[in-house]
Amino acid sequence: MTRSVRIGVAVLLVVLAVLPFVGITIPGLFDGALNAPGTLNLLGMCFVFGALAVTYDIVFGYVGLLSFGHALYFATGVYVTAIALARWHWSLPAALALTVVVSLVLPLVLGAICLRMRDIPFAMVTLAFAQAGSILVMQNPFGLTGGEEGLALGGDVLPSFLVGVVNTRNVYWVAFALIVVVYVVAWRAVNSPPGRVWQAIRENERRVGVLGLNPYLYKLGAFVLSAFLASICGVVYLLLQGGANPQVTTADFTLALLVMVVLGGVGTLWGAVLGGLAYEYLDFRLVALSNAPAVQSLPALLRVPLSEPLFLLGVLFIVLVLFVPGGLGGALRRRLPLRA
Amino acid sequence: MTTIALLLITGLGLGALYFLIAAGLSLIWGLMRVLNFAHGAFFTVAAYAGWSASRLLTSSPAELRWAVAVVVAIVVGGAFAALTEVLLIRPLYSRHVGQVLVTVGLALATISLVQGGFGSDPQPFAVPDWMTNTSSIAGAGIPNTRLLVIVFAAVVLAVLLFFLQRTRFGLIVRAGVENRDMVQALGIDVQRAFTLVFTIGGMAAGLSGILAATYYGTVDPVRGTSMLIFAFIVVIIGGLGSVTGSAVAAVVVGVLQQFLNFYAAAGVGDFSVVLLLAVVLLVRPGGFSGSST
Repeated sequence: MTRSVRIGVAVLLVVLAVLPFVGITIPGLFDGALNAPGTLNLLGMCFVFGALAVTYDIVFGYVGLLSFGHALYFATGVYVTAIALARWHWSLPAALALTVVVSLVLPLVLGAICLRMRDIPFAMVTLAFAQAGSILVMQNPFGLTGGEEGLALGGDVLPSFLVGVVNTRNVYWVAFALIVVVYVVAWRAVNSPPGRVWQAIRENERRVGVLGLNPYLYKLGAFVLSAFLASICGVVYLLLQGGANPQVTTADFTLALLVMVVLGGVGTLWGAVLGGLAYEYLDFRLVALSNAPAVQSLPALLRVPLSEPLFLLGVLFIVLVLFVPGGLGGALRRRLPLRA
Repeated sequence: MTTIALLLITGLGLGALYFLIAAGLSLIWGLMRVLNFAHGAFFTVAAYAGWSASRLLTSSPAELRWAVAVVVAIVVGGAFAALTEVLLIRPLYSRHVGQVLVTVGLALATISLVQGGFGSDPQPFAVPDWMTNTSSIAGAGIPNTRLLVIVFAAVVLAVLLFFLQRTRFGLIVRAGVENRDMVQALGIDVQRAFTLVFTIGGMAAGLSGILAATYYGTVDPVRGTSMLIFAFIVVIIGGLGSVTGSAVAAVVVGVLQQFLNFYAAAGVGDFSVVLLLAVVLLVRPGGFSGSST
């Protein structure tokens, strides 16, 4: 990384950290002022998805494992914490401790089974397990998950500094800390000696085996790390949303995650961040676009596709895969003096 | 006894729908190593095309409307699949992950488009009266749609097996599943076989879409996605690349799902299918028919 880029990143981080004190309005980009609760919540969401995309990029971009079950681990963070807080009335530290245990054990067990398959069969099996998780949440066992309606956190289950519109800035800072911590942990991991083995597995798994290393254990390690970090992202998502919704358990959610990472550029952490931020922002703004009077007055043939954010994102995704294989990150890297 | 007969035949009907999706997926995977997420989109688009055709013919007899809907669904499913293969899969032959990603994007875009155009609620699909009647088998009143779906799937299985075992293209497809590079080295145009397999898979998915509409009495924009996931499970349990394996696995999965959803609780059947998958993977990683992955 060149010096100018490093300074740029440092300035950006400082600006984002003090953003809740900045009252200016940027028309077109956000509806309210920068420190309005709505804007801070949207930015916090963008941070969560940026961090989540990074966790997915660890397995997909660095180890080359095409997992279709990442939503399951994100949802684990969301639902385990929500159930412990809202149904069992545990304190926040106790709920977090339980979430940490579950989100380490679950991917360890499921990863151990899924990794018996490779490539595409691996993808199918992870998808099947995620679907099982989704069915479980939808069925509302023992009235725990709230089924289709989701599970709202009441006002009294969280410490007061995390609740309410006035305290949105605190949650924003939590989300900001999340993306920084996840990025640093991921960066350390992929640049550590095991991280180099992960990339070697992506390039040629058999050769890694021949060199005397056990690819299965390295893959399992990456799988558990990525799933664990995804669960932590889920906890912060829960704080931002004030509740759990079954949307985050679905296969569509994992597919959205895949779109984020490919959008940003596979195999670069900052590309994944970019993809996650861009996806969440676009998803939000495209809904606003579809309700705009200019779109609503168009003939049906144009109005219907433009009113569907997923249609636009899906088409964008296909175009990117076909014509810009490196994603946004790859396109940017050709113009900026950055290394992978 | 009557309950068991009813559950057995309903489960077979569900298995038949899974098989029609899984057969195409399995062949496409075996030959091309493509995990086709767009298969659910073929299913959905074909079902809506058939449903629209049936709505245009309101003055015709119900049997004719239904038959036209079936034909339209098969044709649209096949055409959509062929276009997908030529326009989206073919440019990415050397990039397997890219191929999967493109089908993911296509599935997302298509299904949200269907939702935008026809609404996200299920729409009623008109079928001839005799289909909604029941036949008595072992004392149980079995809805005729169940039997119809089973008959269709059996015919498709027979046709597919005949095609694979007795025709020249079938020979190329079978050889390609075994060893694609060798077939290419022998100077055979495998690309044509790719398009052909995609088209056949799309036709079967389209048929499954319209039969599912008959089975449930509605067309639903999100049904394709959930059916696709169970079809994936069927494909793995049955052994990737094997049509017969898919048929056996589809029956097992469909029947198991029906029995447990009835006797245990709703959702337990769906859940246990995934557990079955885990057990099969631990005991026999190649599925029923495979030796190894």
